[in-house]
Amino acid sequence: MFGSKMKQKRIRRNIFLYLFLVLFSLTTLFPLLWMVSTSLKSGDIIFEMPPRFLPDGFHGENYTRAIEEINFFVLFKNTAVITFFHLLSNVFVSAIVAYGFARFDFRWKNFWFLLMLSTIMIPGEVTMIPVFIAFSELGWSNSIKPLVIPGFFGGAPVFIFLLRQFFLAIPRELEESAVVDGANSFKIFYKIFIPLSVPALITIGIFSFQGSWNDLMGPLIYLNDTDKFTLTLGLSMFKGMMKVEWGPLMAGSILALLPVLIVFFLAQKHFVEGVKLSGIKG
Amino acid sequence: MRLKQNMGYVYIMPWILGFFIFTVAPLGFAFYIGLTEWDTFTSPTFVGLDNYTALFKDENFLKALWVTIRFAVISVPLGIATSLLIACLVNSKVRGVSFFRTALYLPAVVSGVSISLLWKWILDKDFGLINLVLSKFGIEPLGWLSDPHLVLPSYLMMVVWGAGGGMLTYLAGLQDIPSHLYEAAEIDGANMFQKFKTVTLPMLSPVIFYNLVMGIVGAMRKFSDAYIIGGAGNEGRFYMVYLYENAFNYLKMGYATAMGWILFVIILVLTLIVFKFSSAWVFYSSEVNKKTKKGK
Repeated sequence: MFGSKMKQKRIRRNIFLYLFLVLFSLTTLFPLLWMVSTSLKSGDIIFEMPPRFLPDGFHGENYTRAIEEINFFVLFKNTAVITFFHLLSNVFVSAIVAYGFARFDFRWKNFWFLLMLSTIMIPGEVTMIPVFIAFSELGWSNSIKPLVIPGFFGGAPVFIFLLRQFFLAIPRELEESAVVDGANSFKIFYKIFIPLSVPALITIGIFSFQGSWNDLMGPLIYLNDTDKFTLTLGLSMFKGMMKVEWGPLMAGSILALLPVLIVFFLAQKHFVEGVKLSGIKG
Repeated sequence: MRLKQNMGYVYIMPWILGFFIFTVAPLGFAFYIGLTEWDTFTSPTFVGLDNYTALFKDENFLKALWVTIRFAVISVPLGIATSLLIACLVNSKVRGVSFFRTALYLPAVVSGVSISLLWKWILDKDFGLINLVLSKFGIEPLGWLSDPHLVLPSYLMMVVWGAGGGMLTYLAGLQDIPSHLYEAAEIDGANMFQKFKTVTLPMLSPVIFYNLVMGIVGAMRKFSDAYIIGGAGNEGRFYMVYLYENAFNYLKMGYATAMGWILFVIILVLTLIVFKFSSAWVFYSSEVNKKTKKGK
């Protein structure tokens, strides 16, 4: 008697649960499906009244037009180059600095560490204009240098903090045998610390990749020639148009976000693991 | 030992260099620029605090400040509540839950200019998805981005849509709550809502607090989608968009830098306020352990 009542209660709860899950998921997916649907519609039916949810067959012409009109391959290459350097410098330099903070005792270590944490609070908006002026004086605007070079100086404080936490949890015994074998500290870093922290590095890598791939402010300030544009900048040029051609624009938008989506799904397993391990939960 | 000391500095040197080149020096420079009138082509003119006094007489500035603070104050709690609800839903062990987790997390993956453009299209008055759905219920098309009263609701709608992307930290927090706490509550006859109020919320309060602080900072610094989507006249012009316009459209570097400093102070004050009141509701289980140990 009692058991079946409990079971009934659980079934009722699960029905509610599925109802909400389906409702929320549909709300999330619907706009994205609408995006795909728009990108496949032929020009005339996008503005048809009343509008249709589904495309009239498969129309690839929006994609070919998007590729031509925003000069997709050039912009894709530009974005990829910037993202590559950004990712590399962010992950590698953050790891090196984090290693220094995690494994060495040096004078004023706590002072530097707290100072580094406090820089998280300084908004880039204050330093943005002076840095812009300085780069312009150097003649570096309209090149990728201002977007790429700062990354090699210090990585990102949040990443350093997370990696330091991660490195602290690596048992010291692992290093000791390497020290006995005569390995220097840099060898220990790349032979022991790097392989052991792959999940954390991947997590940081994804964040860094996303941040750089989606960055708008940086390219907007520094890049002037259309053949140096990134994808975000190329797409943002459509914002002011009076009569927007939504088909090609949605096709271009999908092409621009596809790499992020692919990277996420490839690294998903590591990513979820890394979020848990690095203790982003605070 | 001596060697080790020096080696530590070698490893953190990239950060120390970056700190002086890209933080200390620009901050000093920014302090000066904020006191000048400067279009970058001619040399700067020192004007003292004029930029700051002019800002507080600038209606566009005050409007942008109001739009941004109002958005932050409403959207952050709204986003946290929705993320938390979603995290609780996907935390249950039912069949197919990993599919829902991925689907609901997608907004965090696909963010950026593409999604801002998508929303601009969805909110389109004549052919957008929302008005299309509303028309099925016989509702006249609404000017989501052209009617000043609907701009804020439009932005809030985007926040709620993206809330699944913020669920990961809550999910990790939920999975850390020891099950004996729920069992104890059940023995005391607590129902689902009581369990949520007396166990889940206090145990998650540090995570909520962290997200509250980061959320406020993020909302105040909102730029990318506000720049793309905009909104009726002043209603969709957020603080950073106005700062960007002043610096790079009108080349008023001093004025824009002064705006940057004011934003810095506002973020600092908001964060301090949140910290000040946090002790009233944020619960750290490690502190309880400390207290009980002391008691013994």
